[in-house]
Amino acid sequence: MAEQQRVSIPGTTLFDDIQAQKGYALNKMCFSFNDKTNRDAFKADEAAYCARFGLTAPQLAAVQSRNVLQLLAAGGNVYYLAKFAGIFGLDVQDIGAQQTGMSKDEFKQKLLNAGQ
Amino acid sequence: MAKIVGSIVTSHVPAIGRAIAGNLQKEPYWKPFFDAFPPIHRWLEEVKPDVAVVVYNDHGLNFFLDKMPTFSVGAAPEYHNADEGWGIPTLPPFSGDTELSWHLIKQLVNKEFDLTTCQEMLVDHAFTLPLKLLWPDDGPCPIKVVPVCINTVQFPIPSASRCYKLGEAIGEAIAAWDSDARVVVIGTGGLSHQLDGERAGFINKPFDLQFMQSLVDNPRWATQYSVEQLVEHTGSQGIELLMWLAARATIKGDVRALQNTYHLPISNTAAGVMLLEPVA
Repeated sequence: MAEQQRVSIPGTTLFDDIQAQKGYALNKMCFSFNDKTNRDAFKADEAAYCARFGLTAPQLAAVQSRNVLQLLAAGGNVYYLAKFAGIFGLDVQDIGAQQTGMSKDEFKQKLLNAGQ
Repeated sequence: MAKIVGSIVTSHVPAIGRAIAGNLQKEPYWKPFFDAFPPIHRWLEEVKPDVAVVVYNDHGLNFFLDKMPTFSVGAAPEYHNADEGWGIPTLPPFSGDTELSWHLIKQLVNKEFDLTTCQEMLVDHAFTLPLKLLWPDDGPCPIKVVPVCINTVQFPIPSASRCYKLGEAIGEAIAAWDSDARVVVIGTGGLSHQLDGERAGFINKPFDLQFMQSLVDNPRWATQYSVEQLVEHTGSQGIELLMWLAARATIKGDVRALQNTYHLPISNTAAGVMLLEPVA
């Protein structure tokens, strides 16, 4: 049986018990974005919509900033955050580019290079 | 007794749904991936499975963090797809095989897999897109389904070794099912990719290729790794290879790969497709 040791992986936050508790309110709001009516309600009055979910101050700031790394640091899980990104028409390559400080074209090239 | 006719494992990247909806299968970006499927379609025509057991991971459509089962099995007469928030078209409902669902549930719990059973279950792209790739015609999927969902959202995620054993137990349960049904086991996800963090865009082609080869040569190979080590080698979402591993493990003994395609990138992901058939 392999040793089940903790591995520290650069640039990676495992969504563990700590993140799951910290991010609960933010992720709950993002989960609600499965429904178009909720996405529309967010767009209509963002502050009021966030208030319904009791986001923490860092979560509110992260939502306002649209910054994915900040959203992750506030406990966001990428699967729920993808629904938040969807409101702005952003796909996973947009958020990949944002997190790595690249343009989308540079990010796409990085992926192509991985196939060489 | 029921028989497993084979196992098909494939990536389930949401962008595939956009490509299907936009009819982009022949575009240079997509062709190498979609070209994997016509031979599989012909195989499905030949072997004519009656039911598909689909091992997949939910991405926050059916399950939220309020209740997060490690392993769950659908037991619904019908499974609905729904809006996931980022706009791929919703596919028609899928017919469940409740007899096989409850047979699996009883057998698996008896073998100490303490499952969550779901008589209502929304199925997301990880379930719907692979079925659409395999049965691309318009209208509903022509065969019945049983969804088996593995948690890959929240740690602790079940180990590769545990997922392999789950697959073995599913295989044994199908072999013990008093039915003449022909069953295909589908595993969806992967291969290497990472969506989140400064490491977003991580892909590991050598590891992926070794993993794919291992499913034929040495199927327990990946069970040597912890979940954290698999994340290190394959990216945060590359851990979806657990679905492939469980699907492969349903076949006792050797397999031959009738289809074996690896192509990257699709969106942020290294995509793979394999059709594995039991050897005699």
